[in-house]
Amino acid sequence: MMKRKNRLRCSGILLAAALTAGICGCGAKTGENGESGASVQGAASGDKTLVVFNYGDYIDKETIRMFEEETGIQVEYEQYVTPEDMYTKYQAGAIPYDLICTSDYMIEKMISAGQVKKLDKSAMQYYDNLDPTYLKFCEAFDPGNEYAVPYFWGTVGICYNTELVDEKVDSWSILWDKKYTDEIIMENSMRDAFLVPLKLDGLSLNTTKPGDLNRALDQLKEQKSIVMAYMVDESRDAMIAGDAALGVIYSGDATAAIDANDRLAYVVPKEGSNIWFDCWFLPDSCQHEENALKFIDFMNREDIAAMNFDYVYYGTPNKAVYDKLDEETKADQTVFPSEEALSHCEVYSYLGAEMEEYYNRLWKELKAY
Amino acid sequence: MKSKRICLTAPYLVWSVGFIVLPLVIVLVYGLTNDNGNLTLANLAAIADPIHLSALGQSLLIAFGSTAISLIVCYPLAYILSRSHQSSRLVIMLFVLPMWINFMLRILALQMVLANTGIINTVLGFFGIPAQHLLYNRRAILIGMTYDYLPFMLLPLYNAMCRIDRDLIDAAADLGAGRFVIFRKIVLPLSMPGVISGIIMVFIPSISEFAIADILGGSKILLIGNVIEQEFSLTNNWHLGSGLSVVLMIFIFISMAIMNRRGESEVQAL
Repeated sequence: MMKRKNRLRCSGILLAAALTAGICGCGAKTGENGESGASVQGAASGDKTLVVFNYGDYIDKETIRMFEEETGIQVEYEQYVTPEDMYTKYQAGAIPYDLICTSDYMIEKMISAGQVKKLDKSAMQYYDNLDPTYLKFCEAFDPGNEYAVPYFWGTVGICYNTELVDEKVDSWSILWDKKYTDEIIMENSMRDAFLVPLKLDGLSLNTTKPGDLNRALDQLKEQKSIVMAYMVDESRDAMIAGDAALGVIYSGDATAAIDANDRLAYVVPKEGSNIWFDCWFLPDSCQHEENALKFIDFMNREDIAAMNFDYVYYGTPNKAVYDKLDEETKADQTVFPSEEALSHCEVYSYLGAEMEEYYNRLWKELKAY
Repeated sequence: MKSKRICLTAPYLVWSVGFIVLPLVIVLVYGLTNDNGNLTLANLAAIADPIHLSALGQSLLIAFGSTAISLIVCYPLAYILSRSHQSSRLVIMLFVLPMWINFMLRILALQMVLANTGIINTVLGFFGIPAQHLLYNRRAILIGMTYDYLPFMLLPLYNAMCRIDRDLIDAAADLGAGRFVIFRKIVLPLSMPGVISGIIMVFIPSISEFAIADILGGSKILLIGNVIEQEFSLTNNWHLGSGLSVVLMIFIFISMAIMNRRGESEVQAL
């Protein structure tokens, strides 16, 4: 959601991208994908290859092996850490990526820049496995679902320590309870912080009305005196250590935190929250469209989607997989929030440069308060 | 001969132009222009914004605080160390030793010491004292900054006091001066250069600090350093960030000039 307009920085990014792309390109050839390594050179001429670019550790590698076995297509599997990393490597153009998986806001940005190819949905036989509920969410950044196929999704919610919080947690309002003075961690990023009062007031987290945002600011100011700290990635460790009773965090971090400390729990408040999506899409650098569509389709096949769900354990948009899950998994709010909460969840949409500036101003005001 | 001299100064020249002059010029250019490349003073005037003024006020407050605490702690210590010869080297060593460890690592370690479930609270809990909220407030930032910058105060003070001629003190004592008079008339004025450079060495990094405020302040307290950092990394408004940096630099230059003038007059007064 960040806009990068600076000339100096851009040239720096390009340079860094060229360097990293060079390093990664070499790394892949000698790295773990040894058997499929030669395909980078073959990509331009060969037709039985596919270059896939995904977040690190975000797939069960066994499914890639199965895909190669069943289709005879050689997969060159590359990984990245942040969507910004992905974008710089993609722009450097050293590797012609055929298929990329990344987050909603980055896809929205790339669609508006004309860097994404439209999907031929008729070529995918398992597309119907996708739950229309989630496809509808995706229309916020991909109207008509023309460009992106959801892979996993997650939410922003409250992680709480059941030893320190006796009551039932189901509303954002608990973050204003003076009982928890100096025990609350808030997200240290603008949109994630403002969504809390906006949702509590029953408003859209994409509101652009100054009145709504100013009221949200007043609520955050009022809350600041009982907030322990504003954190981003450190919040997970602080929750695990038991430093705080309540923390606003991403569902993926919550899963990891609960793994490390079983006294922790996660809930998406009933007023709703942000829902985010990681989706597959074909960048304009795609040279093997048919193979890429086959790969997406393979990912949507019930058995494969189930394997990846077990491995990643984020929310799956695959209805065929969801329907067969046991009740305990379905009730796990780190993966599947309550229906009431989900019905009030929204995807962030880009609000424009002017709104971004307005948000920055409010954010500074909150921090200086 | 002349070319040889140029050869010898070349590395320093390249260094100072490339890493000091050029970045300063870039900051100035960004600070004095807007997005369209037109000259403007708006980025400098932005310091008058109430948010920026209050951030500057917070920075000044914390910088004064950490400088004052360092001075109060280090002055007697430096005096004692400069008088006793056997153990002083070891003690100085103990103060300098932490500087071999990265500053940020020490701040992260301090975070673990002060946390709700940290070392101090664990010890307190052992004695049945309820956990204290030591982290994420102004006091925690003050502790962190003082901890990081204390050696910068101690070393100049120690050096200045070691240079005080013992004969002056002995002569004063022979002439009937009491210990308080000796301190006020001899030790204090002669240690002033150390005090001045100690204050400068602690005050200047403190006033532009932002990382310690983020980690130990829980991002709740906005210092002028945080504002500048956010203009670069979050808002991508390099012009405003540079403008505020220029104002901060002017601020630092003025305080250095005042300190240096006072230092000179103290020395001349002898």
